[in-house]
Amino acid sequence: MAKRIDVSDLDIYYSNFLAVQGVNISIEPRSITALIGPSGCGKSSFLRSLNRMHEVIPGARVEGKVVIDGQDLYGPDVDPVDVRRQIGMVFQRPNPFPTMSIYDNVVAGVRLNGGRLKKAQLDELVERSLRGANLWNEVKDRLARPGSGLSGGQQQRLCIARAIAVEPEVLLMDEPCSALDPISTLAIEDLMTELKERFTIVIVTHNMQQAARVSESTGFFNLSGVGQPGRLVEFNPTQKIFSNPDEKATEDYISGRFG
Amino acid sequence: MSTETTLAPSGTGGNGSPGPVRTHRRLPRYGVAALYLGGVVVGALLSALTGFSIALTVVYGVVLGTLAVYLVARRVEGRRKATDRLVTTVVTSAFGIAMVPLVSLVYTVLDNGLGRLDSAFFNSSMLGIVGEGGGAYHAILGTVIITALTAAISVPIGLLTAIYLVEYGTGRLKKAITFLVDVMTGIPSIVAGLFAFALFALFFGPGIRLGIMGAVALAVLMTPVVVRSSEEVLKLVPNELREASYALGVPKWRTILKIVIPTAIGGLGTGITLAVARVIGETAPLLVTTGFVNGTNLDPFSGRMTTLPTFSFYQLTQPGFPPEFGIDRAWTAALVLIILVMALNVVARLISRIFAPKTGR
Amino acid sequence: MTTTSAPPGPPRPTRRLGDRVFAGSATGAGILILLVLAGVAVFLVTEAWPALTANSADLPNGKSLASYVAPLVFGTLVAAVIALLVATPLAVAIALYITYYAPRRLAATMGYVIDLLAAIPSVVYGFWGIAALAPAMVPFYGWAAEHLGFIPLFAGPASTTGKTMLTAGLVLAVMILPIISAISREVFGQAPALHREAALALGATRWEMIRMAVLPYGKSGVIGGAMLGLGRALGETLAVAIVLSASGGITFNLISSSNPSTIAANIALNFPESSGLAVNTLIASGLALFLITLVVNVFARWVVTRRAEFSGAN
Ligand SMILES: Nc1ncnc2c1ncn2[C@@H]1O[C@H](COP(=O)(O)OP(=O)(O)OP(=O)(O)O)[C@@H](O)[C@H]1O
Ligand SMILES: [Mg+2]
Repeated sequence: MAKRIDVSDLDIYYSNFLAVQGVNISIEPRSITALIGPSGCGKSSFLRSLNRMHEVIPGARVEGKVVIDGQDLYGPDVDPVDVRRQIGMVFQRPNPFPTMSIYDNVVAGVRLNGGRLKKAQLDELVERSLRGANLWNEVKDRLARPGSGLSGGQQQRLCIARAIAVEPEVLLMDEPCSALDPISTLAIEDLMTELKERFTIVIVTHNMQQAARVSESTGFFNLSGVGQPGRLVEFNPTQKIFSNPDEKATEDYISGRFG
Repeated sequence: MSTETTLAPSGTGGNGSPGPVRTHRRLPRYGVAALYLGGVVVGALLSALTGFSIALTVVYGVVLGTLAVYLVARRVEGRRKATDRLVTTVVTSAFGIAMVPLVSLVYTVLDNGLGRLDSAFFNSSMLGIVGEGGGAYHAILGTVIITALTAAISVPIGLLTAIYLVEYGTGRLKKAITFLVDVMTGIPSIVAGLFAFALFALFFGPGIRLGIMGAVALAVLMTPVVVRSSEEVLKLVPNELREASYALGVPKWRTILKIVIPTAIGGLGTGITLAVARVIGETAPLLVTTGFVNGTNLDPFSGRMTTLPTFSFYQLTQPGFPPEFGIDRAWTAALVLIILVMALNVVARLISRIFAPKTGR
Repeated sequence: MTTTSAPPGPPRPTRRLGDRVFAGSATGAGILILLVLAGVAVFLVTEAWPALTANSADLPNGKSLASYVAPLVFGTLVAAVIALLVATPLAVAIALYITYYAPRRLAATMGYVIDLLAAIPSVVYGFWGIAALAPAMVPFYGWAAEHLGFIPLFAGPASTTGKTMLTAGLVLAVMILPIISAISREVFGQAPALHREAALALGATRWEMIRMAVLPYGKSGVIGGAMLGLGRALGETLAVAIVLSASGGITFNLISSSNPSTIAANIALNFPESSGLAVNTLIASGLALFLITLVVNVFARWVVTRRAEFSGAN
């Protein structure tokens, strides 16, 4: 069920401010694609434009094409809500719903979308998703407790479980480990490697080792100058990016000779 | 906050300085106490000149004592420290002064109102009552009905407006509504009453008095309060939760209903309860809209209706003959009203405590 | 919302029914508020119109509308100004006490106790004013008439019931005290810690620190709070209606028993028994009150928001 994403000539605006310009990229299904680059170069903006979360911000808009398995996400009669059901997202800071238990958090997507499942089906979904997020063993005895009572790393995995419970085609992750300790980070990286069997995963990260460890392909975003829009400078297999990149800027950034 | 104005080294007393670094001379604590004591004694004598009274003694005592401390401190500690002491006293007495009306008010109402706080007060109306007996049964029911109607009008409108302002509003319209809600908060209650009267009089003629008119008037007062408090609370819901919900493919309206409102429910409940407390004691708008009757009327859409505040007002101003019974009823009604308002305040605090976000740790 | 403020960019034709209904009703509620406020003005004018256009001989006082309303406006202003003059310094001092002097553990409770003053219904304030405050003031009025009679404010003859303009003003002062002190407390509490600590580090006493770092910062907040309090005092009805013995015309004498009434109290006392043109006249006076409080409140909001925009404290 994983899908490929083709982006062509994508420009991303905040009101009149052009944040990202001219992105062309093809993301392979069943793979992990990492996006790296200096702060403010538009990685998050790009990621959010892939599931139309970008336009939630007042005044934000995009120009260009994002095509998923032949369907243009920004086509005239595409409902952004449907897009987001197919393309899930995990945020930098874990954000479980504070009013809900662990159990309810996992099934939130299904329930809030009006899905009516039987209790047994829900139970099954919860277990499957929590196992999928490597959290089942830690929380199976306290599913009725509030989700906000978990540790940060557990909360983040709960959010991943919540995202995969609606069975999306694509999973977008914006610095999912930046608020976590190394152990939780490793747990989530392992999880990503498992999940890519089923999902197309795009991850933004500032952690170069992480990109190198988990991803198949890497895209490097950069700013050409102050006040200039961010651009996708290079997109290549991770191997190549980290050993022998095409662009000088990429090499400088990766070897820490940036700016 | 620093504690630099604490007077002398505590406990040790004495004028000496135990610490090695102290370079300034300071007034010892007992010296200050002595000066105040002197002030009170002189104050007692002074007030005895005009017929002794405790209140005057305290007032003279504080004024004279403060003056004495200021003058002595000026000599011993210098002008700056003395001014600091003076201001501390002034500011503290201000708080004390504000307590006087509160305590006096509670005492007066209890003193006058407890006498008729009996079961007859809650069980009987004023129908056929001349002089002794009678009660506020009809007025209490009237207050409950009218307040419930008011809430039924204000809560949906207020809540939806708050949702508009926080979740949907943009541009000019949002600015205009925010501004007008502020303006509406300042509408005098009697003007709200006149508005409701004018509205209904236009359709039903100038003699019209109905329970629902009172509810409309009170709704004009309550709605902006609900909007304000709900808006504050909705703004506190982190945007991350909204985004998490959108990212699951949940439409905006469901996100608001199922994520935003449940997260804010405690604060919303508190705000609404406090808004009810604010209007439940309103009298002026009801004087011009609901009229006044002695019997029980449960139908807000026909006939006059008495409420607790108007009952209280009329029993005081038109107590009948002999007047003491009506006046007693008036005070008891005032007492019940205070108890109601205080109870609502307590409920509001409970709501916010019970629904405070759980962490479960 | 649907058309006016759609963000620029690609049109979004597909919106779910639920979203449309929900956004529509939320917007509708907001617009309803606009309409209600406009309605208040329109209906008041409509009902006041007969009085505004009536032959002056038919009016309740048999003279002109202006001569009917003028003493009421005067009384309203005097009572409110007394309240403001008494309450503002007291409220500021209380706010300072609670934010910077009171023991930390008790401060929140003390704030709550002061807020309780705001929760008490105004009719109860009226009761208290007439039963406790007015009698307590009588000796003072007698003394003032005797010794301060050369000041027009205390010209006398002193009221023997205590139902004077000054008593009414004092009751109003107690009622608006919590409003002013709540806002002052808020702005004082927001005074930047950096400035406060800088002042203390320079060796300032606590009062000097407050004068240097807190008061300048909180000034416009206090002014705005005072204006809101003024708005409340102008429109306060029952407390004045009960406490004030209103039987006179314009006078600056605050301690006698013949005083002008206030607009609100006059309406409350006379409306239930009025009919015909008298009702229209009362509504016309209500319109005047509406306009006065409108000006005061708009000004207050303007002061408060201006402060919020320029303070940079968020
Ligand atoms: N809500 C917003 N409104 C206006 N401009 C924004 C907004 N969010 C981001 N920007 C701007 O868009 C540009 C790209 O921001 P973005 O958050 O996508 O960067 P990023 O690469 O994710 O950075 P980081 O690594 O720090 O997360 C920046 O110049 C930023 O200032
Ligand atoms: Mg980012």
